Amino acid sequence: MPYIEPHAHMVSRTTDDYQAMAIAGCEAICEPAFWAGFDRSSAQGFYDYYRQLTDYEPKRAAKFGIKHFCWLCINPKEAEDSGFAREVMAIIPEFLDQPTVLGIGEIGLNKNTVSELTIFEEHVAIAQQHDLPILIHTPHLEDKLKGTRLIIDALNNAKVDPNKVIIDHVEEHTAGMVLDQGFWAGMTLYPESKCTLPRAVDILENFGMENIWMNSACDWGISDPLAVAKCMQEMKKRQHSRETIHQVVYDNPVKFLSQSPNFSL
Amino acid sequence: MPSKQDILDLYFMDARCKLIDIAAFLDRMDRFDGEPDYRYNGFHEALDALLKPGDQSRAQAVLNTLSDQSEEPIPKATIQGASGAPNKQSGN
Repeated sequence: MPYIEPHAHMVSRTTDDYQAMAIAGCEAICEPAFWAGFDRSSAQGFYDYYRQLTDYEPKRAAKFGIKHFCWLCINPKEAEDSGFAREVMAIIPEFLDQPTVLGIGEIGLNKNTVSELTIFEEHVAIAQQHDLPILIHTPHLEDKLKGTRLIIDALNNAKVDPNKVIIDHVEEHTAGMVLDQGFWAGMTLYPESKCTLPRAVDILENFGMENIWMNSACDWGISDPLAVAKCMQEMKKRQHSRETIHQVVYDNPVKFLSQSPNFSL
Repeated sequence: MPSKQDILDLYFMDARCKLIDIAAFLDRMDRFDGEPDYRYNGFHEALDALLKPGDQSRAQAVLNTLSDQSEEPIPKATIQGASGAPNKQSGN
């Protein structure tokens, strides 16, 4: 069955992973800009990273028949120094016209600091100025609940259209507040943190199949680029129909992503 | 939709394995010297929440117990990572 991987950090993955994902049925990958596991030393480092996202990765994916799209931002882990963050953000508009850029992301919060929140709000303003969708990272573990609340408050204050925002990495304690306010929700399938496969299916069963997607968020850490394909199997084990599975892993991502003028399959 | 029997068939062995892992983790903590930090207290609070979730689901109760419940942004980050339980003494 075909599926879309709406959140994967392929710059950290091998070409073998592209091949495995293609064989598993992946038709498109969306790659948000993120933290590389270390802090970059200059804005120029981000310039090169954006070139990699907008030029090199689409070509690498195309060799396996996969379409590659990206989201641009400076991630919240490197947004504590607001001066540095603004230097990086000044580069972003130069890349927004590239044909595979979907919008602004993954912006959000990490440790829920004043500076992170300020830079988050400034990213939101860029998205609004360019009428682009937004992909949001919510913090890890103990910081997720508070961060999700702060993010929703900031989005509501900025009067952002919630239908153009996906708030990612939801779990059982945050999925309801995200969906109830009209935002899209993303579930990340990780073996330890975030959602295991059975829990992701629980969340679907408890909160419904509308305005939600799931992703592997595979990166340089412990993660599985085939997690979405494996969760499709988990849904099948739980007796969900082929149509329901297709809705979650294909139709829903297409519906949200089609709000970006550059998304097409 | 699956029945309770189906869910047991699918997940009982996995849940049993994880339950024994939790028991063994607590035994391991007892066996070694030294003082535990805030994560250990958080873990026990989460176990209590699991057994008495109130009007939340058990998963929500555990996750909420292991969450920072403060509401205001902090002035500055002192670390980049997360530990899995709120450090109430540090205000996080």
